[in-house]
Amino acid sequence: MSLIHLENIEKTYHAGAPLHVLKGISLDIERGEFVAIMGASGSGKSTLLNILGILDTYDSGEYWLNGTLIKHLSENRAADYRNRMIGFIFQSFNLIPFKNALENVALPLFYQGVGRRRRNALAMEYLERLGLKEWAHHLPSELSGGQKQRVAIARAIITQPQIILADEPTGALDSQTSAEVMDLLRQLNDAGMTVVVVTHESGVAYRTHKIVHISDGVIGRIETNLDPAATPFGEGGLMK
Amino acid sequence: MTKLFDLDQWSEILQTVTRNKSRSLLTAFGVFWGIFMLVFLMGGGEGLKRFMAQNFAGLAQNSCFLMPGTTSKAYKGFQSGREWSLKNADVDRIRRAVPAVETVTPMAACWGRTFSYGDQQSRGTLKGVRADYADIEEPHLTHGRFLTDTDERDSRKVCVIGKRVYEELFPDVDNPCGRYVEVDGVYYQVVGVSKMTSNIGIMGSAEQSVMIPFRTLQRLYHRGDDVQAIGFTARRGTTVTSIQADVERVVRQAHLLAPDDGQALHVFNLETLFQMIDNLFRGIETLVWLIGVGTLLSGAIGVSNIMMVTVRERTGEIGIRRAIGARPSSILWQVMAESIVLTVIAGLAGITFAVALLSGVEHIVAAQGETISFQVSFGLALGAAAALAVLGGLAGLAPSMRALSIRPIDAIRDE
Repeated sequence: MSLIHLENIEKTYHAGAPLHVLKGISLDIERGEFVAIMGASGSGKSTLLNILGILDTYDSGEYWLNGTLIKHLSENRAADYRNRMIGFIFQSFNLIPFKNALENVALPLFYQGVGRRRRNALAMEYLERLGLKEWAHHLPSELSGGQKQRVAIARAIITQPQIILADEPTGALDSQTSAEVMDLLRQLNDAGMTVVVVTHESGVAYRTHKIVHISDGVIGRIETNLDPAATPFGEGGLMK
Repeated sequence: MTKLFDLDQWSEILQTVTRNKSRSLLTAFGVFWGIFMLVFLMGGGEGLKRFMAQNFAGLAQNSCFLMPGTTSKAYKGFQSGREWSLKNADVDRIRRAVPAVETVTPMAACWGRTFSYGDQQSRGTLKGVRADYADIEEPHLTHGRFLTDTDERDSRKVCVIGKRVYEELFPDVDNPCGRYVEVDGVYYQVVGVSKMTSNIGIMGSAEQSVMIPFRTLQRLYHRGDDVQAIGFTARRGTTVTSIQADVERVVRQAHLLAPDDGQALHVFNLETLFQMIDNLFRGIETLVWLIGVGTLLSGAIGVSNIMMVTVRERTGEIGIRRAIGARPSSILWQVMAESIVLTVIAGLAGITFAVALLSGVEHIVAAQGETISFQVSFGLALGAAAALAVLGGLAGLAPSMRALSIRPIDAIRDE
């Protein structure tokens, strides 16, 4: 079975007039894939990502993650899945503003009950790997956008999750840092992690290996992009 | 997962509390002031009660005193405005007519006398009492003995001196028994020293008095068979209030006083007095509790409110924590702990301040020669601290529920 298996997922928001956001999404993502979910704003791509990340629930259908049906999970189990299986990267970084880079990166391990010393050592190792060793004791407000996103990436991967879910990871970055971030994600994918990126930017989408076009709550088409360097938007090409 | 003694939890709480110092401080002040009021007023009330109790120390609660007054009603051929006097015979009369009395004893006093021993002088009341006066007021002898029936029968010139008189007349004498104290040209041999402290105005301060046998005083001061006051106590199982009317009736009949003439006979019932004071202090205590607990509650509600604001402010942060795997219990504990820590620290400061202030009051009172404890008990302080923790928890309940209802996507979706 695939790592992620979606079958006929539907989701309706009931804020005022009912909004049918996802109208039957079926999708398989295999272990080790590098996938982009691409669509215009309002297409339902972020909702889909939230469901994938167990941040949101769905109304009908089935979502299997690593062989487990993700439905009606208790809050505690959902929290544990998010903590151990999934690493999140957000457009607005979502670092905790009053904690320094090191503390931010170490936080997921805190919720795993890892001891302080070990936690901080690991966090430092990951920061070093992302070239942020000197910035470890700086607050997020003292970091640039690219640095913040790299801290967020370190936080996402410190628990060695199987899946990285990135919601517009380059949305708040300039084209050069965007390229750097995408490079980082590719490296993670090369190292064996499954990476799912949600974006509306072609320049980002075409750096992945598989592009799922979603519009109006349904999957339009699925493109394979085995050689990102070959496309005009791909590596070395236009970013934004 | 959420260990109570995890250093990080505590540093986190400290971080959030100190992040908004002035706000935390102001919030904490509500609780601080509430517990301060409660503890301080309670200590003060207790101290006042002890202060009052000291005036009655050693006095039998079931005792009553009769004193003659001036009639205000014409009765049985007598005009109003008549002066009359209690007599020796009244003592036996009461004993015979009212079987429920335990002790009936006559008393007399000469106010403003000068006591002297050598060059030392002291002023106070010369009291004439019988041996059974000890049933009404515990003599608390530090030296020697109290007056006896033999002293009374033989009209001996012996005396028991009060604590203050002893200190003033015999500053260097360890045991004054056997020495002679002179009052109005008569020498009385000291047979005992009493440290009675009662202060109620039946016959003046006990500390500042010299007691001699009743009959001695009556004879030496030409009192005939006049008695200034009669004290009586009730037998076990009866209250003095229940026999007071009987005793009064006997006296009124014997002296032809109108039964409804309040001015003619003064009755000083310690039991009702004790009861009144008791009620007064119960009232004060209730008021203290009402004020203290009310203030404390409003302080706790303040904490709850601020925690609510804090949770709202931290919606994003809490959402992020949830997204990266914080369990609900961890979020719950964080908010609760913050509320409890804030309340307990503020409360302990309040208790400390109140205790410090109370000991200050104690010092001031001690400087005036009174040793009265104004302090609250350690148990009460402990109880207050425990109550604070509970209160903090309750205050944190609503905010932490609000925090729990935050879903990660609500917090993370910032557009």
